[in-house]
This record gives sequence, structure tokens and C-alpha cells, in this order.
Amino acid sequence: MSSLTTMMLLPLLGSLLVAVIPSDQVLRIKQAALGTTILVAISGILTWLKFDSENTSFQFVQSVEWIPSFGINYAVGVDGLSLVLILMSVLLAPIVVLAGWNESEGGRWSAKVFYILILVLETMMIGVFAATDLFLFYVIFEAMLIPVYFLIGGYGSGERAAAAVKFLLYSLFGGLLMLASIIGLYVISGANGGHTFDITKLSEMHNYMNSTTQNLLFLGFFIAFAIKAPLWPLHTWLPDASASATPGTSVLLLGVLDKVGTFGMIRFCLALFPDASKTFTPVIITLAVISIIYGAFLAIGATDIKRLIAYTSISHFGFITMGIFAMTTQGHSGATLYMFNHGFSTAALFLVAGWMSARRGSSTIADFGGLQRVTPVMAWSFFIAGMSSLALPGLSSFVSEFLVLVGTFTRYPVAAIIATFGIVLAALYILIPVQKALHGPTTPGNENLSDLNLREKIAIAPVIAIIVALGFYPSPLLNVINPASAHVLELQGFTDPTPSDSAGK
Amino acid sequence: MSPYNYLYVAGLLFTIGAVGVVVRRNAIVVFMCIELMLNAANLTLVTFSRINGTLDGQIVAFFTMVVAACEVVVGLAIIVAIYRSRRSASIDDASLLKR
Amino acid sequence: MTTSTSLVYLIALPLAGAVILLLAGRRADKWGHLLATALSASSFGAGLYQLSQMLSRPTEERAVTQKLFTWISVGSFNIDAGILLDQLSICFVLLITGVGTLIHIYSISYMSHDENRRRFFAYLNLFIASMLLLVLGDSYLNLYVGWEGVGLASYLLIGFWNQKPAYATASKKAFVMNRIGDMGLSFAIMIAFATLGSVSFSGVEEASHTASQATLTAIGIMLLIAAAGKSAQFPLQAWLGDAMAGPTPVSALIHAATMVTAGVYLIVRSHFIFDAAPTAQLLVVIVGAVTLTFGAIVGTAKDDIKKALAASTMSQIGYMILAAGLGPAGYAFAIMHLLTHGFFKAGMFLGAGSVMHGMNDQVNMRRYGALRKFMPITFVTFGLGYLAIIGVPPFAGFYSKDAIIETAFNAGGIKGILLGSTALLGAAITAFYMTRVMILTFTSPERWEKDQHPHESPWLMWLPMVILAIGSVSTGYLFTRGDSLVHWLSPVFGEHEAHEEHFLPVIVVSGLALTAVLIGVSIALVKYQFSDVDAEAPQDVSIFTRIARKDLLQDTFNESVFMRPGQALTRILVKTDDKVIDGTVRLVGTTAIGTGSALRKSQTGFARSYAALILIGAVALIAGIWVVTQ
Repeated sequence: MSSLTTMMLLPLLGSLLVAVIPSDQVLRIKQAALGTTILVAISGILTWLKFDSENTSFQFVQSVEWIPSFGINYAVGVDGLSLVLILMSVLLAPIVVLAGWNESEGGRWSAKVFYILILVLETMMIGVFAATDLFLFYVIFEAMLIPVYFLIGGYGSGERAAAAVKFLLYSLFGGLLMLASIIGLYVISGANGGHTFDITKLSEMHNYMNSTTQNLLFLGFFIAFAIKAPLWPLHTWLPDASASATPGTSVLLLGVLDKVGTFGMIRFCLALFPDASKTFTPVIITLAVISIIYGAFLAIGATDIKRLIAYTSISHFGFITMGIFAMTTQGHSGATLYMFNHGFSTAALFLVAGWMSARRGSSTIADFGGLQRVTPVMAWSFFIAGMSSLALPGLSSFVSEFLVLVGTFTRYPVAAIIATFGIVLAALYILIPVQKALHGPTTPGNENLSDLNLREKIAIAPVIAIIVALGFYPSPLLNVINPASAHVLELQGFTDPTPSDSAGK
Repeated sequence: MSPYNYLYVAGLLFTIGAVGVVVRRNAIVVFMCIELMLNAANLTLVTFSRINGTLDGQIVAFFTMVVAACEVVVGLAIIVAIYRSRRSASIDDASLLKR
Repeated sequence: MTTSTSLVYLIALPLAGAVILLLAGRRADKWGHLLATALSASSFGAGLYQLSQMLSRPTEERAVTQKLFTWISVGSFNIDAGILLDQLSICFVLLITGVGTLIHIYSISYMSHDENRRRFFAYLNLFIASMLLLVLGDSYLNLYVGWEGVGLASYLLIGFWNQKPAYATASKKAFVMNRIGDMGLSFAIMIAFATLGSVSFSGVEEASHTASQATLTAIGIMLLIAAAGKSAQFPLQAWLGDAMAGPTPVSALIHAATMVTAGVYLIVRSHFIFDAAPTAQLLVVIVGAVTLTFGAIVGTAKDDIKKALAASTMSQIGYMILAAGLGPAGYAFAIMHLLTHGFFKAGMFLGAGSVMHGMNDQVNMRRYGALRKFMPITFVTFGLGYLAIIGVPPFAGFYSKDAIIETAFNAGGIKGILLGSTALLGAAITAFYMTRVMILTFTSPERWEKDQHPHESPWLMWLPMVILAIGSVSTGYLFTRGDSLVHWLSPVFGEHEAHEEHFLPVIVVSGLALTAVLIGVSIALVKYQFSDVDAEAPQDVSIFTRIARKDLLQDTFNESVFMRPGQALTRILVKTDDKVIDGTVRLVGTTAIGTGSALRKSQTGFARSYAALILIGAVALIAGIWVVTQ
């Protein structure tokens, strides 16, 4: 049995354990959930250590027949790209459980249901990145919506039901288009060497399609992923969903689920439809640049701290998408690293914002003021997370953002130049809430807020440690990512542009 | 005598039944009009059976009679139930399907 | 090139101080400031050690490098965390750590009543570490880390008292305007990588020999934007005046002596690009000349002692940028003025801090006067700095500024005359407004309120001022004796033939400069010393004075051209997102609901109407079939 399967089974077993604990022993339930997620995180780190970064094919592979009559297998395996994302997911899970210790209270159902949903979601988060069978991927891709729907609709705040439905409908719409494309691919595979859902075999199929077919199938996948990622103008579900969900759910939503979109662009859009990818690159780069600037402006104009963070994410996903479609090693590795880093900096921002609004009873920025003097640790955590979000050099996001910009510039200078204006806007959208909420005189209603307690400090410390450590020393991840992104580009037939002025030498 | 005359009678009967269903309010009358339409259909079936010299139409006519009998049982029961609860046999009073 | 393993301590020591002080929290309140000062001093010690090592080697082996680890490596984009210490950076290292340590010592006393003194020292150490990283990085990307690091430290220190909303706004403004400059640096790095294939100093220098003019000009202009942002040069100068919201030692260290000169460092470090890109170089000169006049004019109108000094800083850095734009002849003089300026301006800021300390944090010079009697040490040290900045021989500023004016005249042709005259005019205005500061603060009759009791500051504060004053007196002479600094730096800039044909004889230039100074001083004396000064700023002044008081409308311009349209755009986009994009999404939902409720109306619940519909439908169907089959 592959260690990936073990990793996927662990949270499922954990959810069974949670299920048998009586509902009134809430503390036990939480401990069991936390223990499980920590165990999964450890096994994730072990997998990362065992991973051979020089090898560009899938590793820890396991393939079992599932529905043989349709050529469907339970097939899992990881390369550098999916390994990094799985690592991020399993590291975030225990942090989310620990940080949102009391999130399950005030929900529509009991704490038990909450943690079962979280654990089941964790299994799917691992599975969606590890699947090497397109059908398996699709099933998990859609099934992930279920726990998230209930987590938002059952435990969120405000207009939680409406937000959950909006999220579900948006995602289902994309999923439906993708299903059509998957069936199309399946039919084509049947005509050319036997029905299969194996993505390695499917990546040969573009040779048998004419350009119209390829473009249409590509769009089916891309729109689904663009909704997930979310790319302008398919983004409006994200602010609603993340503002209504509990902070922990929002972290998983923004940090992990949205990454499925950008992950899918690399794994499926590029690998399965290389020619269509090239055709649509100008459009996609344009949308990505619009997302960067547009998300930043909306973040500047946001009055709610959670919506603000959601908008910053739209801007960041613009960077990731731009890096992916820049088709350079720097852009590609930068985008993959960006996915990892964004997970942590957004997690830090969202968790602290969640604590702030839980204490204040409001998430409107104007309700805060002068927190730095009342709750210094909380204010500092928010500040560092914010600095990471605006890509301050020395923190992790800088490395990835700069790689994306440099990588894009060598091929699409105009896009990179416009996107760079985003870094000034980033300074504004982080410093404006910092000034309003943390600086200035302590406004009424904020005098008696309590600072982070030990549990919250333990939850936020590893996030900040990772942000700082990867800012100075990103090599452990880059070493894993580089061969994978080089491999993708090689399959695409792209080589990095040579420096224009040194070509004559 | 031409067998087609039976078809004209059947058409006349069906029209009377259909108009009756649409026009009359009394549930019993509506019900009888439905029977009229069924019988018109039966007459047609039997006529065609005669014209074509096969028994298929007659067999279907028997089916129709059986179904009509069942329908009468259920339908009358409903009408009686409605009459008991509403003191009215007007079908316009029983517009429960709306909402 | 020589390698070393000890360079990292220069940066690591103050960085460790910042981390320890921030993480230790209130536990470190008792000893935090001492540790920070000790670490800053030990970094200075390490700098001196490196200097002695450097002196012991022959000229061509003086530059040393240290590779710590591979920082980013993707494809051909390879950046090492590498340190480069050469003749240029050692000047900066000693200035930063030396002046930095003095300001640490000063702050122990200056900040002693602040409950957050530990945090202040943590920020100071963070600043020292970032600034050292800036000048020691061996590639543009490493420099960028330090570049934004000092921006962060500056942000934190300007907003140190951010409970005052105006101060919080000032810190945000500084950060955002710096970011615009940083964007220039990003562009420069991106262009360098895309066209030259390298972003390290050595790699870019090597590739620049074969690079096209257009490339180098583009990189040069982007570097200039970066420099303008960090060094408060036109048109990105607006933040510096507001940055005076920070505690005065911060103004002395960051916004006078070190950080704001980073732009000069960047241009001088990139000399190989500017030497090969005359257009970019011309722009550098123009920016320098405009800013030096601009700052000087603003300086004449300010009543706030710190803002007057800030305007003066802007103007003096204008001189440095001007010199740096004059090519190989000017680089060494830019650095020389930078170093002497570091001494006298830091000294004067500390003096201003000392005055504020004795005057209950009053900053309005119109409320000072006659402080000479109450603060003799401050008066003397400030006075020495004053003599240095206006360029009176034999004080430091005379040597460095004179050299710049002379080089400007020697630039040749109309350009030389224009630049030289601008520099001379700047010198005259500098003399005027600095004399004004001196008179208003120290020598004019007293105008302060009766409940104030001016007093000299404690020794911890005046000792650094004295040391800096000694520097302001002596450094000019030391640097120019036998052209020592020019020779010291020449391996960095490469050999070049000295301009032999002088536009004007040296003695004439010096004479002109001294005349300009004399004129400026005389006007100030007439206007302020020999006539009464109002305690309130007169309001019935000419339009020019009013504009100068408003910083020559720079904020007004920025607000009306960038801020307000930006805010309007934000509002429009927020509305668009809600009404148009999300509106479309909601429209899909409401359409579905609307269609449903419209269709529901046809369901009346009357069995007879259903029957009629069935009948009509059946007839229509039969008729349809009949028509089709006919």
C-alpha cells in the first residue's frame, strides 16, 4: 500500500474514532481530531523526506482496479507539484483544528459533525492532489464540495446558507463543464487505444484531436479551474463564502481548495491540451493581470476584514495563474511555490482576523482601533502575516512573487510590468487595515480585548516560522519543485528565453 | 349499412363528453362525461376491429372497460369524500392543486 | 576574489539583537537597550576589523566575498545569499554602524521615559541589520531585501508613536511611496535578468559591456526611480517631511545619515550602467539638481526645526545624486559628501532632539530663541554642524560640497554652467535657511512660554553629539588629504582620466561658493538676527512663501493626481463588482426564480381548465399531424 493511501486512510479512521466518541465529550472529540491531523502531518513530512526530487515521474504509485468496465482505477502518485500541495494541506490541517478550537460551537450541528467533516475533507484534500486517474480526481473534486458546503452552511456566520449555496452552485457549474470535457476525452481515448482515465495515457490524446475539439475540451477544464482558483470574473463566490465561513474553514477553502484550481491548470490543462493552452495563453494572462489589479483595488475598498483577505487572495491567484501560463521555469516554479506560501500567509491572516473578529464581535475594520497597544501579540501576528501578503523580501511570499514576475517578464514583459503595480497596491491594502485596526488611539469597545492565549500562540507560531524560514531558505521546496516544473515545460516544448542582450556573445 | 356511421356516432359522443367535462361544474356530471368519452373510444375500437377483421380492437375495448370500472370505483370514492368534507360536488371548489 | 567567513557577523549581530528583543518581550525591558547598543557597537568593531584586514591586503585584493547559501535557484535564475565587502561598502558599513552606535547611545537617554524603549531598540537593530544587508549584498536581489528591510524599519520607526493618527498616516505614506521606488528596482532587476541574464553586480557589470544602449538606459532609469523613492528625490520626495513624525534619533539615523542615502549608493554601485547610458545619467543629474533646489526652497519656509532639517537633507542628497550623475569624476565626491553629511546632519538632528528634549518636545522654531545660554554644548555641536553644512572652510562640508560644485562646472558646456550655477544657488539658499535655523533657535531673543525651563541634556545625549561634531570638523580634511578617499574608491569605479581642463580655476570656484554662502548668511542675519521675529508665523505673506510652506504643493499634486482618482477608481470598482459582476451572477438566480413564478400562474388548480387545456392540446396535436401529413 502506498504511503499516500495510508495518508488518506488516516483521517478517515480518525473520523470513525470521532464518530464513536459520545457527543457530549467535546474535548475528547477535539483531541482525537487534533491527534489525527498531527499524525497525518507527520506522515506527510516523512513522505516529503522520502521523495526523490531528481525523479520526475510519479512516485509512491499505487493502482487498483475500481470500475474495470470503464477503465477506471484507483490510482495515486505524486510528483514535485502535488507533493508540495499535499504537504501544505496536511500541515495546515492541525493548525486549523488547533486555531479554531471553539469554531464548532454555535453551529447548526454538534462539534462531532464538525470534526468528522474536517477529517473527511482532509482525506479528500490529499486525494485530489494525489489522484493520477482522471475519474478519481473528478469524483473527489466534486465530493469535496459536500463537506465544505456543510461547514459553511452549518457553522458559519451571517448569511451562511446563501453563501454556501452560492459556493456550491458556482462549483457545480464548473464541475459540470469539466465532466463534459472528461467524457469527451474518454470517448477520444476509446477511439485511440482503448478507454482509459489514466492521465499519463490521456496526455497523449491531444495528438488525435483537431484544434476545435482540443479548444472546447480545454475550456471545459479551464473554466472549472478558473472558478476554483478564482480568476476574474468568476470570483464573486469567494468573498461571500470566506466571509461567512468560520476562519478555519476559510483557511482550508482559500488555502487548499482554491489551489485545486491552479493545480488543475498545470496538471490537466497544460498536460492534456498543450496546443489549446498555447492558443488561450494571451487571454488567460490578461485575465490573470486583471485579477491581480482588480483584486487589489477591491481589497483596498473592502470594509470587512475577511472580505479584504478574500480579495487579496484573488490578486494572489492572479499571480499564480500568470506564473503558470508564462511558460518559463521561473514562472512555473514561482507559481508552485506561491501556492504553498499563499496557503500559509493567508492562513495566518485569516486566523488572526478570525480571532480579532471573534473577540470584537465584528469583522468590520472600522470597529477596530489601536489593537497594537491592547493585544500586542495578536497585532504583531497580523502584521507579519500582512507583510508576507504584500511580499516583503525576507518573507516567503517575496521569493515566489518575484520568481513569477521575473519569469513572466522574460516572455510577457507588459503583463509583468502591469502586475508589478500590484505590489504598490498590496502595500495599500495591507497597510490601510493595519493603520485602522492596529494603530491609532484605542477606540471604545477595544480596550478590554484579550491577547492571544497559549493555544492560539502555539497555532500561529509554526505558520509564522514557516513564512520566515522559507523567505530566507526556500531551497528545500524549490529543490522538489524545480524538476517537476522543468518536466512540465519540457513536455510542452518550451525553453526559457535566452537573455536578449547576451545572445550575440 | 356502412360501418363508418359508427365512427361518426363515436365522434359525436366524444365531443359531447369533452364539452361536458369542460363546461359542467358538477363532479358527477363531469364523471359521466368522462365515461361518455371512454365509451366513444370503445366504440371506435370495436368499429375498427370490425372494419379490419381483427380482434385486437375488441380486446383493447375490454381493457378499457376494466380500467373504466376501476376508475369509477376510485373516482366516485373521491367525489363522495370531497362531497362529505365540503358539502359540495362542484369541482371548482376543490382547487387544492394550486399551491 | 578573496573570500572570507567572517563577513556575516556584520549583519548577524544586529539582526540577532532585533530578534532577541522582539521575542523576549517585556522580560527584556531592563537590559534590551544595553544589549542592542552592545551588538551595534560590536558590529562596528567587526567593521573596523574588516577594514584592518582590508588595509593589510594589496589594492586589487581588497574586495572580499562570502557565500552563505544558495538562496533562490530556478533554471538560469541563480541567486546566492552572498556578501560583498569592497572599498565602497566598507565606507557605508563604518558609517552605518558608527553613527548607528552613537545614536543607540543617545537613544538610551532620549527614550528613557518611553515604556516601549525595548521595542524601539529592536527596530533600531533591525534597521542596522537591513541597512548593512543593503550595502553588503552582492546582487541586486540581495540589495532589494535590505532595501525593503530598511523601508520596513523606517515604517515601524516613523510610526513608533502611531497612537497619533497623523503619525500612523505618515508611516504609511513613507512605506507606500518607498514601494513605488521599489517597483522601479523590481523593474530594473527584471530587465537585467531578461536582457543580461544576471542580477549580481559582477554579472551585470560583465554583461553591460556588450549590452545595448536601450537596455542600459532602461535599467538606469528604473534604478533612478528606485533611488528617488528611497532617497526622497524629486518626484518621490513627499514622504520625508512627514517622516519626521518618528522619534528624533530615528530622523538622525535613518532619515538623515543612512537610509535616505541608499539611493546614492545604488547609483554609485551601478556606475557601470550609468557610465554606458548617457540618457539615464542625464536624468540622474536633472533629478539631483531639481531636488537640491527644491529642498532648499522648502527649507527656507519651515518653522518646524525637524522639517527644516529634513528639507535640508533632501537638498543635500540632491547634491550627492547630482555628483553621482556626473560620471566617474563625481562618484567619489558623492560618497564623500554622503559621509560628511552623515556626520554633520546626524549631529544636527541629535542637536534638534536635544533642544526638543529641553523644550518639552516643542518643535516650532518661532517658540525658541536664546537657547545658546541654556544649552551650551548643544549650541556648540549644532553650530559646528551648521558651519559644516553651509560649507565654511575648514569644516567637512566645505571640502565635499566644493568638490561637487567644481565637478558640476567641469561637466562641460551649457550643462556644466547650468549645473554649477544651480549648485551655487543651492549653496546660497542652504546658507540662508541654516543660518535662519541657528538664529531662531539659539541666538535670537527668547520667545518661549514662561512655564518652559530649557536645560542641557544629560551626558549620554551630548556625548554622541560631541563625537559627531568632531567628525563634522575633521572628516572633510581627512578625506581630501592627498585625495585619500578618491584613491581608496578608485578600484571600485575603475580607472579614468581625470578631467584636466577646468572650466574655472579651483580657487575661483571656491571663491564663488564662499561668496554665495556669505550672501545667504547675510540675508538671514538681516532678516532674523537684526529684526524681530514673531512667535506666530505671519500669515500675510507672499504667494511664494505660502507655496513653499506647503512643500511646493507636492502633496496637493499627489493627492489630486494619484490619491483621489485612485480612491474614485476603488469606489467604482467596488460598485462594479457588486452591481455588474456579482449582479450578473445574481441575475441568473433571480431569472430562474422569476421564470418559475411566472409559469406557476398558469396552474390555477381548476380541474376543468386543465381538462380544457388537455383538449386544446390534443386538438392542436391532431391538427398539427394532419397538416404535416397532408
